[in-house]
Amino acid sequence: MSATVFVPRDSAALAVGAEAVAGAIAAEAQRRGEPVRLVRNGSRGLLWLEPLVEVETAAGRTAYGAVAPEQVAGLFDAGFLVGGKHPSCLGLTEEIVYLKRQERVTFARCGVIDPIAVADYERLGGYAGLARAIDLTPEAIVAQLTESGLRGRGGAAFPTGVKWKTVLGATAAQKYVVCNADEGDSGTFADRMLMEGDPHALIEGMLIAGLAVGATQGYVYLRSEYPQAKRVLEEAIAAARAAGYLGADVGGTGRRFELELRMGASSYVCGEETALLESLEGRRGIVRAKPPLPALQGLFGKPTVINNVLSFAAVPTILARGAEFYRDFGVGRSRGTLAFQLAGNLKRGGLVEMAFGVTLRELLEDFGGGSASGRPLRAVQVGGPLGAYLPASRWDTPMDYEAFAALGAALGHGGIVAFDDTVDMSKMARYAMQFCAIESCGKCTPCRIGATRGVEVVDRIIAGVARTRQIALLRDLCDTMQNGSLCAMGSMTPYPVLSALDHFPEDFGSAARAKAA
Amino acid sequence: MNPAVAPADAERMEQVRRAAQALKQQPGALLPILHSIQDKLGFIPAAAVPVIADELNLSRAEVHGVISYYHHFRTLPPGRHMVQICRAEACQAMGADALAAHAEKRLACAFHETRADGAVSLEPVYCLGLCAQSPALMIDGELHARVTCEKFDQLLSRTGAGA
Repeated sequence: MSATVFVPRDSAALAVGAEAVAGAIAAEAQRRGEPVRLVRNGSRGLLWLEPLVEVETAAGRTAYGAVAPEQVAGLFDAGFLVGGKHPSCLGLTEEIVYLKRQERVTFARCGVIDPIAVADYERLGGYAGLARAIDLTPEAIVAQLTESGLRGRGGAAFPTGVKWKTVLGATAAQKYVVCNADEGDSGTFADRMLMEGDPHALIEGMLIAGLAVGATQGYVYLRSEYPQAKRVLEEAIAAARAAGYLGADVGGTGRRFELELRMGASSYVCGEETALLESLEGRRGIVRAKPPLPALQGLFGKPTVINNVLSFAAVPTILARGAEFYRDFGVGRSRGTLAFQLAGNLKRGGLVEMAFGVTLRELLEDFGGGSASGRPLRAVQVGGPLGAYLPASRWDTPMDYEAFAALGAALGHGGIVAFDDTVDMSKMARYAMQFCAIESCGKCTPCRIGATRGVEVVDRIIAGVARTRQIALLRDLCDTMQNGSLCAMGSMTPYPVLSALDHFPEDFGSAARAKAA
Repeated sequence: MNPAVAPADAERMEQVRRAAQALKQQPGALLPILHSIQDKLGFIPAAAVPVIADELNLSRAEVHGVISYYHHFRTLPPGRHMVQICRAEACQAMGADALAAHAEKRLACAFHETRADGAVSLEPVYCLGLCAQSPALMIDGELHARVTCEKFDQLLSRTGAGA
């Protein structure tokens, strides 16, 4: 009987030496003549512990982390194959408080199974949502989505059921399902982790979308900065095809659904849905004016469901366990769970899936454990490069879409980037404008010109040139960008800029402080 | 046309044409074709533009416009080693600016440039999805997280990118 050992091949584990650890375990097992079955799983999301090695024992899965290749011989000496004691031993994985306190719904299988193996996925409830969808009418599938309260997890939080209903109601010879896997926000990695750890959940969600709206072709648009996600998705798509889920006869129903992986080419704006569609069509990723909505005239002018990775990945659970099961998580109009991503200067960074309503402070302190540097935390950016910077006085806000909108902030894709007290917020405001200048698609003037002027104005504020006037000018410019831009790139870049100015005026010199007082 | 096209260039253009012909039937084929060419050649030579335009029945301006729009596509050969350092917020929160300055000095190469001896190119990247383990970078396609200046120097000697 061979022992089963799990070593993740998620990017987060590979980037800190998981390949060498896996190699050392295989070599040591062979040298000692102890048979080991090595499974390359996804990540559990306890990222400060990567590479996190797990062993299947009689009591359950036992975790060791962070494991260095040099420790492997010692682990064998300590009898880790049967859960033996070792300084790196963390006990049973499921009992680790960081994981135990979470509400893993979409990420229930991530890090648990071999991401490619269809049988592993099915054993833990995978493809049960598709089986249910096959028995339902398209209208009934869409009704389940609507009742679940699921809203787009990419950041815009548009009700998924409404989007699907529009596509279902459109008449066309060809419809498409497109997955937005262009996860460009700094501080976010949940899409990547899901695609590398449980890619069949995405594939199944897209298949269900295809059945719901009558689409036969799907595309996953993946950013080129994610080479490992590309490898895993390619393998998983091939496995789903071999198992008869993808192709001309989905699950033996006689219905067709093909899925193709397409690579982006480093353009932040292509995370905006209409720019993404332009890119998929082979053009510059330039934002389209809406209407027409992509649901009616999307890819190649045809009705298109376009959703984020985590929106699709939530769908199988909703179908398999019912809309009520999903809707019972959360608060107010924010139903279900969100995958919060703890990033930047935190002791325990990682993925925390919880129902909406948890506070930012709980995430930063209880899960994150405070700053990695040991210095006090000062500012937290929520929702990616277009999200607001929040000071400690706002950290008790519950994490839900409406509560954040009321703060003049956005939850976005759930990324949380923490900074300690060494941060210079005028520099972060400048960076927000600079990033917008680098990534603007150039279609609309407020974004294209505004971002460049914004960098110049912030530079003058930092240099102390006519500070009061320049701050007034910056606010005026932000107003123009916010109200005059075609998409979120230009209209939301003012969020980090203005929040930095409003909450941290001391970093912008005395004139800003006087104004804010 | 330049009458003295070197054989290496002719061979390259043949590869470009084959890549375009292999993929052009796909809907929205231009990006997959450009990826295929860059994966093979390391960059997309200017001479490839009319070949691709011809195969796809597009104008040269349209093809050039797409190549120049996306940061990923290069029109010059990259260095033998490629160092890509994340410059985004999460990495900044953990000292990526200091690491970036160290890298420029250590490699004797500025961002967006290839060192004169062709040994290394240095590029910024906006997020590798390793935001809980910042600062992060990629050397020759391999990811590294929690990179200090010391670890950076070790990685360079290990990969040969620092030579």
